[in-house]
Amino acid sequence: MRRVALATMVLAVGCAPAGSSSAAGSSDGAEPPELFGFGSAASAERVAMWDIDVKPDGEGLPPGSGTVAEGEQIYLMQCIACHGPTGTEGPNDVLVTREPWEEWPAGRTVGGYWPYATTLYDYIVKAMPQLTPGTMTADETYAVIAYILYLNDLVPEDAVMNAETLPAIEMPYRDRFVPDDRTGGSVIR
Amino acid sequence: MASNSRSSISRRTWIAATSGAVAAGLIKTKADAVKLVAQEAPTPPDDPTKVPGRFTSEVGVRAPEERPRRLTRSQTLSSSSRTPLQELQGTITPADLHFERHHAGIPDIRAGRHELLVHGMVERPMVFSMADLKRYPSVARTYFLECSGNGGGAYNRERMPVEITPQALDGLLSTSEWVGVPVSTILNEVGADPAATWILAEGADAAVMSRSVPMEKIMDDSLLAYGQNGEAIRPEQGYPLRLLLPGWEGNASVKWLRRIEVTDRPTMTRDETSRYTDPLKGGLSRQFSFFMDAKSTITFPAYPYTLPDTGWWEIQGLAWTGRGRITRVDISTDGGRSWTEAELQEPILPKSTVRFRHLWNWDGSESLLISRAVDETGYVQPTVQQLWEARGERTAYHNNQQRVWKVGADGAVTFGLGDLV
Ligand code: HEC
Repeated sequence: MRRVALATMVLAVGCAPAGSSSAAGSSDGAEPPELFGFGSAASAERVAMWDIDVKPDGEGLPPGSGTVAEGEQIYLMQCIACHGPTGTEGPNDVLVTREPWEEWPAGRTVGGYWPYATTLYDYIVKAMPQLTPGTMTADETYAVIAYILYLNDLVPEDAVMNAETLPAIEMPYRDRFVPDDRTGGSVIR
Repeated sequence: MASNSRSSISRRTWIAATSGAVAAGLIKTKADAVKLVAQEAPTPPDDPTKVPGRFTSEVGVRAPEERPRRLTRSQTLSSSSRTPLQELQGTITPADLHFERHHAGIPDIRAGRHELLVHGMVERPMVFSMADLKRYPSVARTYFLECSGNGGGAYNRERMPVEITPQALDGLLSTSEWVGVPVSTILNEVGADPAATWILAEGADAAVMSRSVPMEKIMDDSLLAYGQNGEAIRPEQGYPLRLLLPGWEGNASVKWLRRIEVTDRPTMTRDETSRYTDPLKGGLSRQFSFFMDAKSTITFPAYPYTLPDTGWWEIQGLAWTGRGRITRVDISTDGGRSWTEAELQEPILPKSTVRFRHLWNWDGSESLLISRAVDETGYVQPTVQQLWEARGERTAYHNNQQRVWKVGADGAVTFGLGDLV
């Protein structure tokens, strides 16, 4: 009985006009419940295990810290092959801009483009090094970030990166990022 | 050996046909040659009415002469491949030809172990197995999906391509019937805080690709999709679960979705700051430029095709807009001096591709073919000059310029703006 009712309900939803979402009738006249309850509660530990992203205000940054000097060692071991000795040689993405430049943007590099320093943590801890992603500790991640920022002339040689110092860095081009102003209609933007 | 003699005759016929094809100028590309070779084996009977056919099979294959292929790039982990637009019919993209774009390879994920975590500004943080998700009321909708970098190859004034196929230029575009659960259903289930304004969607690939999406879009028409063209989503498209944001740039429709965090601000991930932002003139960069504005392109005749004959030809192509429905496609065969409305294939679905057709009597003179899409907001697909003027020339994302195809007096078709620049 139950299975039949469910199948019919799915059909009814499938025929609903575009735009309607979960609201649907059922064949036996019973209203579908406000909550179906399929799925299970996520424990705090479970959430913590996956909730590793970092927000621009620093929310999500773990404890730990790293220096420019430590970061240089990590960079030379784990990043140089793909990003080059000074972060500018490739073969993969150029990470550094320190030259003065004429035309916006001077490459989409950390120093020449990136609006938020916290993005470095969010990205590197998840996606780099590309062949062994997700293997760096918090200390190592902070350190390599300190080194990349140093290469970009954004922090001094004695800088220490941690959950307080990283979000405090003012990236030079943050104010250049503007919301989408395209609206359809007759104006080409 | 009857069958042998038959096949040798067949082979002779094939060679004759092949050389005929060469003479008629039908072998133009390597792909054409591959097609002809494919006809050779297994050798078909001369008369299929005299030989019993083959048995049923568990999984079908394409006819030997039909060899549509994605156009792949170098084998790197962050890469893409393109849909062969010029070889497809109608509007639906066969799932095995859907374009690919990923940042750390295609993960090997088993549906039985995959889970979606939904947490953040919610009353009840929850985990959903695929079986859980499939038990919710489902919907099926046909939508295009397009990378915002699509067409970018024709934006740079100095590097305008000439010998480029619709696939190479615009093949980061595909259309599927997607099946899944509205994200709004699941957010209702977890009790999302009405004060929440964004979500973060995160993938289970080796890049843990993640994007922030405004809540308004999520509650409007976004799907947690697990079905594609009648079957489970292909691994390349996000198996077993992807976010699907109709009409928005493909990158934000996060594949291999494993986590949704309900938040009150964007996370500013790498792929919404460093990439997928659009530098404008005046030293600014457009961020969260989600909408794919109206576009169209002619897929026939297009490079590398050569019209062998003057006379009647059906110009065909695709038009699409992320802002709703396409209302009109205009065709010009004289470089934009005059326009005629093309015929649109029904049904015209919102945020989906529309096939247009236009009968053209080619008189043999050099002709510039252009398609121009108009959508329900009144937006008219712009020329590249209009885009350069509005945005400057420092971005190639969201290039929806009118595509121009030049038919030479010899019938050869190339991409190009001709004298329009
Ligand atoms: C095997 C090659 C490889 C190694 C090793 C590697 N990377 Fe990368 N990195 C890449 C590739 C490829 C990309 C671009 C990925 C994409 O297109 O999505 C990238 C992108 C990045 C970016 C983003 C660049 C931008 O402008 O958006 C940063 C930052 C980065 N890597 C940092 C690192 C750090 C730090 C290390 C060492 C801990 C490292 N990478 C090691 C290949 C590598």
